[in-house]
Amino acid sequence: MSFSEIMSIWWPAQPGVSILIWSIVMILLMWMARTPAHRTIRSFSLVIRNAMRMAAHSVTAIERRLLERNREVLLTTGLQETERYIEREFQRVEDVVTRDLSGYPSLQRDLKEQIIKIDEDYRESAEVPPVPKNYIDAIEAVNKINSNGDSMVSNILKAIHATMKRNCEKETAEYRRSSKQRHKLLKVMMPYWRNLSKTLESVERKIVGLEERSKVIDAQIEKYEQIMAKTSLAERVLTSSSMTQFFTSGLVLVIALLGAYVNFQLIALPMSEMVGGASRLGPMRASDVAALVLVFFEIVLGLFLMEAFQITRLFPIISALNDKLRKNMALIAFIFLFIFAGVESSLAYMRDLLAADREALTQSLAGVAVVAPEFRWITTVGQMVMGFILPFALMLVAIPLESFVHSLRTVIGMVGVFLLQMLAFFIRQLGSLSSNVGYILLNVYDLIIFIPLKIEEMVGNKKSKSVVDIKDAVSSMTS
Amino acid sequence: MKNTILNKISKLIILMVFSVLPACSGGGSHATSVVLLLDTSGTYTNELEKAQSIINYILGTLSSGDSFTVARIDSGSFSEKDIVAKMTFDDRPSAANSQKRTFQAAINKMVAEVKSSTYTDISGGMLQAIEFLEESGAGNRHVFVFSDMKEEIPEGHIRDFPINFAGVTVTALNVTKLRSDNVDPREYLDRLADWKSRVESNGGAWRVVNDLERIEGLLQND
Repeated sequence: MSFSEIMSIWWPAQPGVSILIWSIVMILLMWMARTPAHRTIRSFSLVIRNAMRMAAHSVTAIERRLLERNREVLLTTGLQETERYIEREFQRVEDVVTRDLSGYPSLQRDLKEQIIKIDEDYRESAEVPPVPKNYIDAIEAVNKINSNGDSMVSNILKAIHATMKRNCEKETAEYRRSSKQRHKLLKVMMPYWRNLSKTLESVERKIVGLEERSKVIDAQIEKYEQIMAKTSLAERVLTSSSMTQFFTSGLVLVIALLGAYVNFQLIALPMSEMVGGASRLGPMRASDVAALVLVFFEIVLGLFLMEAFQITRLFPIISALNDKLRKNMALIAFIFLFIFAGVESSLAYMRDLLAADREALTQSLAGVAVVAPEFRWITTVGQMVMGFILPFALMLVAIPLESFVHSLRTVIGMVGVFLLQMLAFFIRQLGSLSSNVGYILLNVYDLIIFIPLKIEEMVGNKKSKSVVDIKDAVSSMTS
Repeated sequence: MKNTILNKISKLIILMVFSVLPACSGGGSHATSVVLLLDTSGTYTNELEKAQSIINYILGTLSSGDSFTVARIDSGSFSEKDIVAKMTFDDRPSAANSQKRTFQAAINKMVAEVKSSTYTDISGGMLQAIEFLEESGAGNRHVFVFSDMKEEIPEGHIRDFPINFAGVTVTALNVTKLRSDNVDPREYLDRLADWKSRVESNGGAWRVVNDLERIEGLLQND
């Protein structure tokens, strides 16, 4: 029996009347079932609302846990970074102390020797010989004595004068020689003074450098203390630093990827000469796969090299190796990288040859005379140099990669928290919506059966009115 | 628990390796195989210089692992004797380039020495071409017919049977109008329509390219 047949069951000739009868029957049935229907709708919406509320609570709890975990990760990462920074600063201080200040006793000895030398020289230069002043007066006096024509006296006086004069000249010469010697000593002192001054300046510079390092260490220690204390300021600073790191390292990685693409393009064509240009690995040509593998291999070697130098710490197992083993590993990685750079350079050369051959063939097929372009060697050399340098440039990818990986944890956590917050909000809204929908359904239900409801209300009023009249009558009778 | 996870990971890796291995192939399914049939009947030999540029274009487009065959359409074309040049290009690009030079030289020689034939056995040529394409095992298969598409078969030759064109794109190039076509153009249109239905009803794709200035994308499938 179809729906239309059921609808026109009451009065098949008049489907309109039949539908009207059905409507009345339905309204009456709905009026009769009003209370259980209302209860069902109310409980149904309540169940949904409660379920949503519970789900929202669970999501909020997960969000809180994730937030806590993010905080832990952030603080731990920050702590590790600061520890590393402080460690490096101390290492630098130690280097300065070992390199420069370990020679301090010898430096002190040098300074002392220089000072003693200067002192001795100074003392020597300070010993002034007596000036033969009296001689001149005595000579003058002897010269002025009158011999009174006595030749013997005159001769004696002349002899005295000559002797005195000779002695005076001798003394003067001795004085001059001594003065010259003093000047010479003072002249010799000058470089010692200069040396002394330079040595003291260098000592001052080192001390100032150490002082600056100690200031940096102080700042880092303060940061470390704040992280240890888990202050909100430290958390905010670390979050901001993490976001900055994420975006900057991401940008550098994109640039590095472009570099890797250039590197790939440089070796893909000549690779087909080595592994064949027709064989395929899935949708990719085997030569392209080989070129990609070579590029990735170079990046991996670069990573190992950086790890071995302890510039990055992506692999704790490498950091944990002893120094000798790490140095050997770095050497091996470098040798391999060097070989790969050489291979790439030769592939770049081969690429240029192939391109030239292809160009000549294209010209020949087009019926144009084959002309070798001038200054082709410039591109050849350029490609070879690029082929050699790019593997070493890609080696540096390790640094932004480490930053990216570390900051990615924080960023993913933040995104997760945001998504969970949104989910909790959405679920809460859904619960509230179900409650409102239940309320609307109740009203719609009553709207459909408003006629019997109105009749019920009117009858109910009359009944209550007659009950009130009877009560009034009873009360008046009793009173 | 840890062992179970490791086992699952190792199984996954093995599965991935085995799923990749079948994909490692000689590149046959990705390769292109082209057969170009040159009509050498009557006055159409005058058009062969145009065909040279088409051949050069195809040579420039094909790469390592692809195959190229050029054959004549003459009185009885279902024969290896009509092959002018046939090559599968080497895996190494440098070797492939030198093969292309040799191929070009062979075509130049043929164009210079060609003699016109009395009949035009296009169907025989098509059969021969389909055979070559099947042998090559290439994924992209093309037959180019440089002809006016007017078939004239010697008496006794049987060609009125279906040819399996499945997976093959047949392109009629430089379909010149005959004198009779000028009198009744319907002849020309009917000729093309006949070939179209013959190719398409046997699983092939049909194209006509008359403007030889626009041959870019000639090796792309519709």
